[in-house]
Amino acid sequence: MCLAVPGRVLDIEERDGTRMANVDFGGVVKEVCLEYLPDLQVGEYAIVHVGFALQRLDEESARQTLELFAELGLLQGEFGDPWETAAAEAGVDPVEEVSNQ
Amino acid sequence: MKYIDEFQDPELARRLLDDIHATVTRPWALMEVCGGQTHSIIRHGIDQLLPEQVELIHGPGCPVCVTPLEVIDKALEIASRPGVIFCSFGDMLRVPGTGRDLFQVRGEGGDVRVVYSPLDALRIAQQNPDREVVFFGIGFETTAPPNAMTVHQARKLGIKNFSMLVSHVRVPPAIEAIMSSPSCRVQGFLAAGHVCSVMGVGEYPELAERFRVPIVVTGFEPLDILEGVRRAVRQLERGEHTVDNAYSRAVRPEGNPAARSMLEDVFEVTDRAWRGIGVIPDSGWRLSSKYRDHDAEHRFSVSGIQTAEPAECRSGEVLQGLLKPHECEAFGTLCTPRTPLGATMVSSEGACAAYYLYRRLDLPATKAREATPVV
Repeated sequence: MCLAVPGRVLDIEERDGTRMANVDFGGVVKEVCLEYLPDLQVGEYAIVHVGFALQRLDEESARQTLELFAELGLLQGEFGDPWETAAAEAGVDPVEEVSNQ
Repeated sequence: MKYIDEFQDPELARRLLDDIHATVTRPWALMEVCGGQTHSIIRHGIDQLLPEQVELIHGPGCPVCVTPLEVIDKALEIASRPGVIFCSFGDMLRVPGTGRDLFQVRGEGGDVRVVYSPLDALRIAQQNPDREVVFFGIGFETTAPPNAMTVHQARKLGIKNFSMLVSHVRVPPAIEAIMSSPSCRVQGFLAAGHVCSVMGVGEYPELAERFRVPIVVTGFEPLDILEGVRRAVRQLERGEHTVDNAYSRAVRPEGNPAARSMLEDVFEVTDRAWRGIGVIPDSGWRLSSKYRDHDAEHRFSVSGIQTAEPAECRSGEVLQGLLKPHECEAFGTLCTPRTPLGATMVSSEGACAAYYLYRRLDLPATKAREATPVV
């Protein structure tokens, strides 16, 4: 959760008076708030944490970090299904666990 | 040196390592503050590549791990109430409270939802005006600004059914507490890069001076960590103790002023208990009085809940760098990611989990067998 992942801004729009963007994290696209980096532009990279862009990053650094995080399996932790992960850790069949709801 | 070929730039890694080996003349103990760094260090065997004299001690840098048990119990209590939608980041699901966790609360019928961003929880509140939506706001200075913005938005948009259970923590008071302990062995710090992306480096010079420790702002990648170690060791060998930024591509000296300004508006500094460690003065944030309406602790009257840690769990010593995970009797036997005693084992950023993942074969044979998960 403390992980902040670099991503590339795909497009920007105002929503509820807030500057929001779609950001690409090595193939996974998430909605990101740009209020803390208001001058970030389409095509630029930033370090994003829990849906907020926190600091600009150059493209090469961003690419290298994404590769490392993918290798460490951290992107799965950040963007994968948390219920499946929790069920696996608990030794519960996720399908059975969900169907009990 | 079995891992060096896996570095993104093995030649640069070799050069950094050679420089560290050539510089070191005496034993030094450095603490990496961030759980992401711990993960990277253990995964790449960086501690094994360094000279024997350089010891890396794992610090309290996993937000999930340091969230106090009583806050987890408050979360479980609120999440169990009818009419509540409890939203959390995924890595809090299996952090053990007293007797159960959020994952089990959902199994018992609680409406627990995992969100990627705190803004997702706010949207859930907008979509469910007849329900109380509570977001579990934990984390260090990296996570606090997004959560602060979310509370600010809730107030601005007049979303009354949204509140936050806040248990934010601050790194500098933790460094101060670690250095003030009589049993402290730490002589230098690798500061957490992304915390500094927000906060800048302004809080550190006073600490570096007072405790005479170098503080090197360091990133997460293996080469970043080697460079952080190299700069810290160089300072120590020269008898220096300054703040040095080895992660300048992501850390400006002033941090992110907009984020810091929002933090100051929404939160106020408070004493905070750290799981396994105890109360550290001024080490946390709570919602300021202006935002009290959005304080879940206030709204759900759970401030009376007080609980005790399991006696077998020594995660507090691990978090303070006094004990390595595998030195704990329960490690890999009584305590595994499937049956965690403490949060350092359940969190993917926890030091115990990192050791369990990557160091299993270093255990004595009997322990290793017991530690191997049955899939």
